Amino acid sequence: MKIVKYAAAGSLAGAAFAPSGAALAAWELNMPVGVTELSRDIHGLHMLIFWICVLIAIAVFGMMIYSIVKFRHSQGAVPANFDHSTKAEIVWTIIPVAILVGMAIPAAATLVKIEDTRDSDMTVKVTGYQWKWQYEYLDQDVSFFSTLARDSDHARQLDSGVDPNSVENYLLEVDNPLVVPVGKKVRVLLTSHDVIHAWWVPAFGMKKDAIPGFVNELWFRADEPGIYRGQCAELCGRDHAFMPVVVNVLPQQEYDSWLAQQKGGEQAAPAAASAQTVENAAPATAAAAE
Amino acid sequence: MAHAHTHDAAHDHHDDHGPAKGIGRWLFATNHKDIGTMYMLFSLLMFFIGGAMALVIRAELFQPGMQLVDPMFFNQMTTMHALIMIFGAVMPAFVGLANWMIPLQVGAPDMALPRMNNFSFWILPFAFTMLLGTLFVPGGGPAGGWTMYPPLSQQLGDGFPMLIFAVHLMGASSIMGAINVIVTIMNMRAPGMSLLKMPIFVWTWLITAYLLIAVMPVLAGAVTMLLTDHYFGTTFFEAAGGGDPVMFQHIFWFFGHPEVYIMILPAFGIVSEIIPTFSRKPLFGYDAMVYATASIAFLSFIVWAHHMFTVGMPLAGQMFFMLATMLIAVPTGVKVFNWTATMFKGSISFEPPMLFAISFLFLFTIGGFSGLMLAIVPADFQYHDTYFVVAHFHYVLVPGAVFSLMAAAYYWLPKWTGHMYNMKLAKAHFWLSTIFVNVLFFPQHFLGLAGMPRRIPDYSTQFADWNMISSIGAFGFGLSQLLFAYIVFACIRGGEKATDKVWDSGRPHGLEWTLSSPPPYHSFETAPEVK
Repeated sequence: MKIVKYAAAGSLAGAAFAPSGAALAAWELNMPVGVTELSRDIHGLHMLIFWICVLIAIAVFGMMIYSIVKFRHSQGAVPANFDHSTKAEIVWTIIPVAILVGMAIPAAATLVKIEDTRDSDMTVKVTGYQWKWQYEYLDQDVSFFSTLARDSDHARQLDSGVDPNSVENYLLEVDNPLVVPVGKKVRVLLTSHDVIHAWWVPAFGMKKDAIPGFVNELWFRADEPGIYRGQCAELCGRDHAFMPVVVNVLPQQEYDSWLAQQKGGEQAAPAAASAQTVENAAPATAAAAE
Repeated sequence: MAHAHTHDAAHDHHDDHGPAKGIGRWLFATNHKDIGTMYMLFSLLMFFIGGAMALVIRAELFQPGMQLVDPMFFNQMTTMHALIMIFGAVMPAFVGLANWMIPLQVGAPDMALPRMNNFSFWILPFAFTMLLGTLFVPGGGPAGGWTMYPPLSQQLGDGFPMLIFAVHLMGASSIMGAINVIVTIMNMRAPGMSLLKMPIFVWTWLITAYLLIAVMPVLAGAVTMLLTDHYFGTTFFEAAGGGDPVMFQHIFWFFGHPEVYIMILPAFGIVSEIIPTFSRKPLFGYDAMVYATASIAFLSFIVWAHHMFTVGMPLAGQMFFMLATMLIAVPTGVKVFNWTATMFKGSISFEPPMLFAISFLFLFTIGGFSGLMLAIVPADFQYHDTYFVVAHFHYVLVPGAVFSLMAAAYYWLPKWTGHMYNMKLAKAHFWLSTIFVNVLFFPQHFLGLAGMPRRIPDYSTQFADWNMISSIGAFGFGLSQLLFAYIVFACIRGGEKATDKVWDSGRPHGLEWTLSSPPPYHSFETAPEVK
């Protein structure tokens, strides 16, 4: 009861601070299912292990609660005097080992798949900077920076007076998203210009560190077009929270025309980029307009 | 010979003294109880300083948008909160308990090396003054995370050498404390107390002390390399000079993972003392408990890279560290099952130490489950560096390590002071703590799974709801701890007289309960016989 009361008070206080009346987002509880095979495998593993833990918890907590309720001193419980059982120790060593083996096998299979970056259709080099990302399309001569969108950047300043709820995709919007084609195996090479960053798009299931002087790799194949958002996931200094990752997955045709337009003129690229900021939901349209 | 004789006589004479008068008693303390008390009061102070920093963090995260502090200061708060809680609150509290309880439990008059004991304590106030001092120098306090990963940690301003030196001092203090524990346990046990007759708390501390001696020098080496990279032109961790920033992470976590067990093994010992007392039944599987503790300690040296699965390790490396990490669940499970079997068919009463021990049992196990999930490398690629990890390690460190410390305080406080404390208030403190700690940390699982990275001062609006709940829990939990301080100080000042056994359960067993409450200044002047 107390918690509910405090929560209500908190919400009221929150409403007072944020009088926009914008609807609060959902009370998300679980890892969302992504749009790549890997992310679905990972989600499956996550749920499998979660349910195994739930079953173990029911057994162990059940036993604890039973003991606590049943053997109460206040109810006149008389203590037994046993103090060990080698048989029991062996049983509760062997059973967990068996369960662990059961978990390890699917985990290892998924891991092998994750590490297999061969036969990719295209490669993008991602370089972390304090505090933005650079995307380079290898062999395509296309390269640009991706920084936090201006309205988010304005709203996130200390005491900006702007209600974050009024900013669309607050902190999860960039000026130039990474654009990739749907259904293609995209290999991402990761490195950094300064400190360690980590490139993460939850819907792709993958996260990897971008380390200065070293090149890491990961891959994804998005099954559905759409805009997927993530963030830097390795503390990288003051504005660590403010260098989102946005990936725009386009149908092949739209991707091709986007790429052609990017290559079309080095000079025109920045203009196209700013057009995209405005029309981010439909970058293909923006590209066509250009 | 004559000289030796005079010395002995002087020594005997000295034993008749009680504590010295005034401040000298504390400054020049060589008595294990005085030093133990100082350790614990120091850790209580650090607990509140670190807690205040946590409240700055949670206040800023109460809702989206930046309302209170600059992102840089926020990063300083997360970093300092961790350093202070780990090195200033939890570790000294356990060393304080070791000081108080090991001589009492092994039947010794004092710790083996009393002057080094004094030194190891008095280093700490200087170390933490220096660490806290970084907040007031140009460039501010450390803001690159308590893990001090380069190259980011190299961007720290004038606070950099202060941080490194403070870490060195803390490490030196820990090593000296550990040496003292080992020497005391190995040489000063009462006649008849073989190793496998030692109280389980002494066992867990013995193993912890070896862990400390093994890994603290590794941390010292790692931060020294940071220092020389910074000032003396070396490039251990700088790729531009042929170094490797990831190497720091390997070295750091080779220290860091055993460090995690340094903070939880003594907690296991405490819980293993308390549950039998209030279940009125001997500890189930004493030998198995000792072997499980030793196994966990051994495994802690071969799992470090699970803290850094995303750095891009070879497949074989990831497999190895995943499997080794999963193995830790086995001895940890054995412990939980043994505690449950101890309660089974017992006769359980619910005094404050038992309440905290039971809460530990449930909530530490939840932290264990999330730990098992984190061991699964593919899933860890999603969990890594999110609030799921924050929830996990806070579950094992707050309702784990910290609750065990509360339980220990409530268990032995009457023995230490000779007074009973206010049971009603202590139970209120328990309920407030247990409820709010869950309000605080449970929603962080949801936040992490939904995709909120850790160590960020501001977040996307989809994370607003659970962050608000978590912040409410944080303030509830933090304020509840003021009650703990009040209960402890009220108990020191006075209260109902405690009996020698303190708890009327027929148990507790152990040499500490054969002494008066409070025990004589030089605990056991003649060694007791252990059958």
